[in-house]
Amino acid sequence: MPDKTTKSLLSGREYIGVDKIDGPLVFVSKTHPVGYRELVECVDKQGHVRLGIVLESSTNAVVVQVFEGTSGLTLPGTRVRFSGEPLTIAVSKEMLGRVFNGLGHPIDGGPPQRSDIELDVNGMAINPTARQYPRDFIQTGISVIDGMNTLIRGQKLPIFSGNGLPHNELAAQIARQAKIRGTNTQFAVVFAAMGVKHDVARFFTQSFEESGVLENVALFLSLADDPSIERLITPRTALTLAEHLAFNEDMHVLVIMTDMTNYCESLREISTIRGEIPSRKGYPGYLYSDLAELYERSGMIKGYKGSITSLPILTMPNDDISHPVPDLSGYITEGQIVFEREMDGRGIYPPVAGLPSLSRLMKDGIGEGMTREDHPHLASQLFAAYSYVKDVRNLASVIGEEELTPLDHTYLDFGREFEQRYVSQRKDEDRSIEETLDLGWEVLSILPVDELHRITEEEIEKFYGK
Amino acid sequence: MNDRIIGQVKRVNGPVIEVMGITDAEMFELVRVGEENLIGELIKLETDAAVVQVYEDTTGIAPFDPVYGAGMQLSAELGPGMVGTIYDGIQRPLEAIREMSEIYIKRGITVPSLDREKKWHFVPSVKEGDQVSGGMFLGTVRETENLLHKILVPPGDKGVLESVTGEGDYTVEDVIAVLKTDDLKEKNLYLMHRWPIRVQRPTRSRLALDIPLITGQRVIDTLFPVAKGGTVAIPGGFGTGKTMTQQAVAKWCDADIIVYIGCGERGNEITDVLTEFPKLIDPRTGRSLMERTILIANTSNMPVSAREAGIYAGITMAEYFRDQGYDVAVMADSTSRWAEALRELSGRMEEMPAEEGFPAYLPTKIAEFYERAGSMETLNGDNGSVTIIGAVSPPGGDFSEPVTQHTKRFIRCFWALDRHLANARHYPAISWLESYSEYLSDVVSWWESADGGASPEWLCDRTEIMELLHKEVRLQQVVKLVGPDALPDTQRFILEVCTLFKNAFLQQNAYDKIDAFSIVQKQVKMLHIIVTYYKRGAEAIKSGATLVKLRKMKVYQDIIRMKFSIPNDDLAGLDKIEARLERSMDQLEALHA
Repeated sequence: MPDKTTKSLLSGREYIGVDKIDGPLVFVSKTHPVGYRELVECVDKQGHVRLGIVLESSTNAVVVQVFEGTSGLTLPGTRVRFSGEPLTIAVSKEMLGRVFNGLGHPIDGGPPQRSDIELDVNGMAINPTARQYPRDFIQTGISVIDGMNTLIRGQKLPIFSGNGLPHNELAAQIARQAKIRGTNTQFAVVFAAMGVKHDVARFFTQSFEESGVLENVALFLSLADDPSIERLITPRTALTLAEHLAFNEDMHVLVIMTDMTNYCESLREISTIRGEIPSRKGYPGYLYSDLAELYERSGMIKGYKGSITSLPILTMPNDDISHPVPDLSGYITEGQIVFEREMDGRGIYPPVAGLPSLSRLMKDGIGEGMTREDHPHLASQLFAAYSYVKDVRNLASVIGEEELTPLDHTYLDFGREFEQRYVSQRKDEDRSIEETLDLGWEVLSILPVDELHRITEEEIEKFYGK
Repeated sequence: MNDRIIGQVKRVNGPVIEVMGITDAEMFELVRVGEENLIGELIKLETDAAVVQVYEDTTGIAPFDPVYGAGMQLSAELGPGMVGTIYDGIQRPLEAIREMSEIYIKRGITVPSLDREKKWHFVPSVKEGDQVSGGMFLGTVRETENLLHKILVPPGDKGVLESVTGEGDYTVEDVIAVLKTDDLKEKNLYLMHRWPIRVQRPTRSRLALDIPLITGQRVIDTLFPVAKGGTVAIPGGFGTGKTMTQQAVAKWCDADIIVYIGCGERGNEITDVLTEFPKLIDPRTGRSLMERTILIANTSNMPVSAREAGIYAGITMAEYFRDQGYDVAVMADSTSRWAEALRELSGRMEEMPAEEGFPAYLPTKIAEFYERAGSMETLNGDNGSVTIIGAVSPPGGDFSEPVTQHTKRFIRCFWALDRHLANARHYPAISWLESYSEYLSDVVSWWESADGGASPEWLCDRTEIMELLHKEVRLQQVVKLVGPDALPDTQRFILEVCTLFKNAFLQQNAYDKIDAFSIVQKQVKMLHIIVTYYKRGAEAIKSGATLVKLRKMKVYQDIIRMKFSIPNDDLAGLDKIEARLERSMDQLEALHA
């Protein structure tokens, strides 16, 4: 049986010719014992090296997944080298301000990055006892987020959107405006694009450029016309850099990953080719665990200054929130910001649906000493009132608005004001948390005092109708 | 013990490894794979295609790597030192792992589950020459201020004690007694013993379940009570508050020990428990809640197969405390992740799937798990219980999926979480229409007895309010068609009372100091006040009073705020509200008489 030295000697071997190529998968037989998830180099006839990893290893054959696609590979002419190590990337602070492909190779024309620190892109599970519970409020300047679905440093808060909705605008706005109050901390942004269009990538680059933060951004682009399989590694390389920046360089990192739906589709593609038993809608049974490996890499660690806040974006196929991708994401992430097409149609930006949106970490990051003492109750009351508005609207659509009681009419007024003034804002509007809360009271004061069950008398005294 | 090679790796596919050249391995044997000593378990035996599921990441494992047998099944270590500890899915203390590998969990780490250095003060209760058998007490160790840890003879052992040490300080590995078994072998007994996690610990008999587990959550205790030793499922889509409900129950329920199994869930949720629980004070003992809690954390990004093991490790620890005569509550969050782990492993073993890719043995596994709950007469003759509260995360919030459906067959109490309630931030979002409890009739006598709620009218009040809630649904349908104005005052009053009941009683703020937890007496009185308001109000309307008048009563505002304004230790305020309510109603009736 091979020990460590023999293993490393064997890893120098090169195999000429492969047995089978199926989509992005290459099958090689009669190899030395190859480790699971080892890094593989496939050299085509022209001498180009394509990277891949071992998906399955057995005494008979090795299954290799090639990230840069298999087109142009031939059965006899392909040479395969197994490195004996998992896929790593060299990471450094100098990577900020640059553009990479999904594997972490520069595509901006600059020199390859140099660093002594090479990290396994798969990362490792954070020990739950080492985590620091996130509770620092991030002001995004967007009322519906700050006031009702507060973003917390170290949180993973996805945007559930649909095709044609302004999720990119919102993500860019958050990246521009996000700040921790009372400190000067700048966010470094790590941006991972999976299967998105060139225009989208350009939109983000431009938006970072205009706000002058481009030198704090590292972009990992695996665009729509890149091999779909590369998307599987893109978020991992991006997150590996984010971990390095956060926990070795003490930086606060905001990771934007778009579009998670494309990532999941690539995963489904591989799974189908391998003939695995599918669970829902053809997605593999391990989709949940796989997504968790990505999402759970964000957070804060005790004793470390940096943090990773992640903002994955996913488009819900057919706007269906129960589709496996948003559904499983929602079970892992700490809340979600859900977009509503109907609100977008009415010209409300950001079209954040009031009720299904949620921030799970909000409760510990708001209130006295963090935002303002009235924040928790105000948010809860706004939710309750808006939820009643929805009921009234349903009722009105059946019996007609004229038949409603005067109180219900007041609620409709409240609903309108809430959407038009509180939720809706300009794409360059940066509201402070006080402005947001005051605005909340302003619209809430449309309702009579008797209706405010979730607010204390002192708060009513102090803020109602002011 | 790592020297015995039982085979070699043949094929690696994620956490599932095929092993060839099997020699004398035993089914479900604990094994270690490769030079890195990854922990695994043998789950299928075949000479050239045995299957090992590995509880750690298998990156780098290659064919022909050796597989070592440990000579025993995957077992939990049971003894003093478990309470207040946080374990991973295979009972390794995470704090100890952190000392060895900092912020990440590196592979191949071996740490004993119980601290080997720490000395415990042992007080024997047996003496030399005593005839003992499995489950009997050897003595006690005071583990925390309020927990007397009883040291058990391992179940299955029987014989005469040849020697017993005196009172003193011992580690879990020091011999505290020597047992001469019936077949004349000598066996050393320690403060701890091992127990295979997949095997239910034996008891004498099952007892009737007639004492409720009081959770302090009004919607649970009053509407859908669970008995000590019962089984509950909490299904709900994401964001409906499964974890919040479970944590609230874990905080305030009147069990002696809580085993909280975080199975495939968020890392920060575990951190939340770890930061919050030590600060919270148990209202019954006045001590930190952490002193009665055992945590198992196998978060979603930790190896999948350990999720499966974590559930069994947790229930085994719970049974161990039950055998000492304690009431234990197990929170499993979430059993769906465990079922998905089964599915993933089954898929990798290329087994034939049943519904939605889940293996055909899923219902059997679920049944085996929930059947380990119960109120038991222990081998020592005491009463102890294990209550299981399992969260279910149905995809898309659709309760017709296999895990929810199969779970429903084996539990007797169902707290369905409702998306609409959660969206309106009505917490706990337990639906009063879909939920049920089969324990209701069993626990009524407790509520009526002096040891319990001491409320003879409890059942009547509860029935009354449930009836109203069901009437309300039908009335709401009418309202949706014709608007509320079309209803007569008597019916609109029902809608009013239901809204009042939902806001003032069912909704409970987990973050409010007073409201977070309601003692039984407070619940009984609050319920009675609202039912009285309904009964007297309905009579007043019959005699000509208007809805507006009923609503404008000063006492109405007191009723709405009573959950926040009246603390558990001063319930006189509720009597005052009730008296005021009766007076106001008298006045109102006098006006229309």
